[in-house]
Amino acid sequence: MAKLKMAVYWGAACGGCDVAILDTQEKILEIAELADIVFWPIAVDLKYEDIETTEDESIDICLYNGSVRNSEQQYVAELLRRKSKVVIAFGACACFGGIPGLANLFDRDQILERVYKTTPSTSNPDNIYPQTEVKVKEGTLFLPHFQATVSALDKVVEVDYYIPGCPPPVNLIMGAVDAIKTGNLPPKGSVLAPEKSVCDECPRERKEKAIPEIKRFYQVQDDGKTCLLEQGILCIGPAVRAGCEGACIKANMPCRGCMGPTPGVIDQGAKMIGAIGSVVGLADEEIMSESEVQELLDKVEDIIGCLHSFTLPVALINKKIKEKS
Amino acid sequence: MKGPDPKVVMFCCNWCTYAGADLAGTSRLQINPNFRVIRTMCSGRVDPQLVLEAFLKGADGVIIGGCHPGDCHYISGNYKALRRVVLLKKLLSQLGINQERLRLEWISASEGKKFAAVVNEFIQKIESLGPLELDQEKISRTTL
Repeated sequence: MAKLKMAVYWGAACGGCDVAILDTQEKILEIAELADIVFWPIAVDLKYEDIETTEDESIDICLYNGSVRNSEQQYVAELLRRKSKVVIAFGACACFGGIPGLANLFDRDQILERVYKTTPSTSNPDNIYPQTEVKVKEGTLFLPHFQATVSALDKVVEVDYYIPGCPPPVNLIMGAVDAIKTGNLPPKGSVLAPEKSVCDECPRERKEKAIPEIKRFYQVQDDGKTCLLEQGILCIGPAVRAGCEGACIKANMPCRGCMGPTPGVIDQGAKMIGAIGSVVGLADEEIMSESEVQELLDKVEDIIGCLHSFTLPVALINKKIKEKS
Repeated sequence: MKGPDPKVVMFCCNWCTYAGADLAGTSRLQINPNFRVIRTMCSGRVDPQLVLEAFLKGADGVIIGGCHPGDCHYISGNYKALRRVVLLKKLLSQLGINQERLRLEWISASEGKKFAAVVNEFIQKIESLGPLELDQEKISRTTL
C-alpha cells in the first residue's frame, strides 16, 4: 500500500490536540509508517504555499483541530478541504466549537474592548485596536479578520468524520488509525467514538438518582466511590458521549462534556437540563413551592458554562441574542 | 402601526391542559388566535430541546401547560417540568432572551376560562416584547 499523505492544522485551539497525537507515544511510529506528514504547522516547517500548489484531493487525511474564529482559519479550512480526500474534525473545538466557543456569549466588539482596553493589566490610552491592514514603507501588511462568532468546523466546510474529546483520547486516535489502515471506516459523517454515555464507562457506583440539592466542591466530602451526581456535584456525564473512559472522573473531577452530545441529541445542555430536572429535589417535590424550587436550582450558577462548556457553537441557540428594548 | 402577529407555541399535556383547551373551545370563549397547540402526553415529556427548537424556528413565546401539582396523570411529570422550566429560563436569560417568553402554567380540564385568560394575557405580553429575532445560521451538524 502506498503511503498516505496526512495534514494536521490548528484553528482556534490551544495545541493540546497536536500534543494528543504525540501522546500515542511509541504508536506514533505506526502513524508515521502509515502516513507522510505533508503539513503540520506546530511540528513541521511547511508553508501555506506548499499546500496551495499541490493538486486538489492529493492529501489523503486532514486532521483539523480547533474551531474557526478568524479569516485565516477559515481560509486554511477551505484550502485543506479542497486538497484533502477525507477531513476529520479532530477534538472538541473542531467538532463543537469547544471552550473558545463560549466567546459566543459576547459580541465581537465586547471581546475586542475587553482584551485591548478594559482588562486591569492593559494600558491603552490611545485606543489602539488591531487592524486588518497596515501600510509600512515596504508595502501593506495584513492580519486575519476577527469574525463575529466562533464556529465548529462543519459550519465552514464539509466534514467527513468527527473525533471528539479535549483532547481526543489516544485509544480513539488509534482506533481511527486502524480504521484508515484497514479501510474499515464507518459511513461518512460518523463520530469515531462509542455510542454510549460517559456513565456507561464511569467506574463509580450508581444507586438511585435522587439528589436533594446541588452542591459546590467545598461542600462535599467525596467518598471516592459514589456517583458524583448522586453526591450533589454537577457532573454532566449522563448527557455526554463515552470514549474518554471516565478520565476526569477517575481524577475525581466531574464530567464537563468534551466528548459532545450522545447520538441523536442536538443540544447537550438542553438534554442535561432534562436530566437535572428529573433527579434534583425529588424528595420534597410535592410540598415545595415554586420559589423554593427556584432557590434550589439557583445553585446552578453559569448554566451555559456548566452545561455547554464545549458545545455552545453547535447548540440550538448558539450565541448571545440581542433583543430590542 | 401594528407589527407582525406574534407566534406562540403551546405544549399542552393530554390529561389536563389539552382538555382545558377543549373546554375553552366548546364554551366559545374569545381567545387570541395567534397560538399553536402541540399535544404531549405529559408536561414532563416536553424535552427542553423542543422549547429551544420552537424559539429557533420562529416562536416568539412558548407556554407549557400541565396538570396542577398533585394531579399529574403520571404522578410527578409536572414537577419535572417545573424544574426544567426554571433551568431553561436561566439558560434563556444567559443567552440574552427575555425569560418571560417562556411560561409554565397549571391548567386543569375544568379550567377553560383560565386557559383562555392565560393565552390572551401571554400573547399580549409577547406583543409588548416584540418579535424574537434569531438570526441564527442554520445548524449544519451532519451527525444528527
